[in-house]
Amino acid sequence: VIALVDYGAGNLTSVRKALAAVGAQVWTPSVPGELGRAHGIVVPGVGHFDATRQITEDWRTAIKTVADDGVPLLGICVGLQWLFQGSEEAITTDGICLFKGTCFRFTERVNERLKVPHVGWNSLRMPKPSRLMAGVDNDTQVYFTHSYAAPVIDDTVAICEYGVPFSAAVERDNIAAVQFHPEKSGDAGLRILANWSELVRRSSERSGGAKADVK
Amino acid sequence: MLSKRIIACLDVRDGKVVKGVNFEGLRDAGDPAGLAQRYNRDGIDEIVILDVTATLEARQARANTIAAVARQIFLPLTVGGGIRNEDDAAAAIDAGADKVSLNTAALENPPLISALAKRYGSQAVIVAIDAKREGDGFAVFARSGTSAAHRNAIEWAKEAAAMGAGEILLTSIDRDGTKAGFDCELTAAVSDAVNIPVIASGGAGTFDHFAEVFTTGHADAALAASIFHFNEQSVSELKQFLAERAIPVRK
Repeated sequence: VIALVDYGAGNLTSVRKALAAVGAQVWTPSVPGELGRAHGIVVPGVGHFDATRQITEDWRTAIKTVADDGVPLLGICVGLQWLFQGSEEAITTDGICLFKGTCFRFTERVNERLKVPHVGWNSLRMPKPSRLMAGVDNDTQVYFTHSYAAPVIDDTVAICEYGVPFSAAVERDNIAAVQFHPEKSGDAGLRILANWSELVRRSSERSGGAKADVK
Repeated sequence: MLSKRIIACLDVRDGKVVKGVNFEGLRDAGDPAGLAQRYNRDGIDEIVILDVTATLEARQARANTIAAVARQIFLPLTVGGGIRNEDDAAAAIDAGADKVSLNTAALENPPLISALAKRYGSQAVIVAIDAKREGDGFAVFARSGTSAAHRNAIEWAKEAAAMGAGEILLTSIDRDGTKAGFDCELTAAVSDAVNIPVIASGGAGTFDHFAEVFTTGHADAALAASIFHFNEQSVSELKQFLAERAIPVRK
């Protein structure tokens, strides 16, 4: 089963619905200790990086502990940015530093006139094969809505360009994240969620299924 | 490259699509979820549900409509019409809307824009502006175009953006329903004045009109209702037409 972390930033209806559409079982844990039961964790997000401040220390610790145990973790939108070191959007709010780099505002990096937020369907380029983006072709378009972006790093598995190249998807071992909204990206988005859901299934089979609460 | 978006608008009342639905092979032509699904298959980029009824009972009907559409499609979904306050917006978003579109309520109570942007993020807040040519400028109208707001459309768009709106949905009252083409002058004036995306609406009659509004009109997206309802031409044909003219669209 997949834990969908609800830290009060926007609604989770769409993500829950899309995961259900690819056959995943989802629940929203009410206390951090429940995360120990998760075979996969989704950190969603819309809006402002500062909203991730609502992920309190006990949740951060629990998420990190479970991820360190090898449980698949998926960040979406601001959830991706949170997996980096931080964001210029809220310099006093720290990410959990699973990926290296700081998220930047488009208008700070691009000289030409750009409308921000970056809203709409934009195309992806895959610099290397990954499990998350398996079966998704170059030039596939997905739906973005964001004003800040993560830099392209070694772990970047999909690149998008909006005045400047940025990480549309990252993956390293059991940690993955997407800047776009797979739950709003039609068939391509569902494919990516199905890929990730399959990773969760395989990972849970390896770990033997049974799970207990963490302290 | 960022695509120009094609958005279909469903005008809904009491759970039924009320404007210009003329699809063959659709069991219930007035069923918003069925229509949304059809548009989805045809390659639409977003759906807007415009629900003009705003009574308390209607809010529940609207929630049911939103939920029914949201169950069927995995595309961005906007709900507008009768969003008067934070509770209305919350009800729409809880039912499955990704964005709400504010019109009269934003004019009467601009801080509502910032309140919703703070609560849900700017990307969830669209300010809809109904504008009409008046002298050299464009005047804003409230209450479905019936009441002068005594505001200049460009100034109001700038103010809405500054208060945290994530997009502007700009409708030309002069062109709405005429099929004479979008008001490209209005659209360009607003689009150039704000740094957020502008969705053009009102007047779509031919594929050329879309090409015009994306080039000379500087629109980031275009919304239409009846052209998709009545025409035998489809969204996918429109996109093909635009792609042939080097306008970036999602295939």
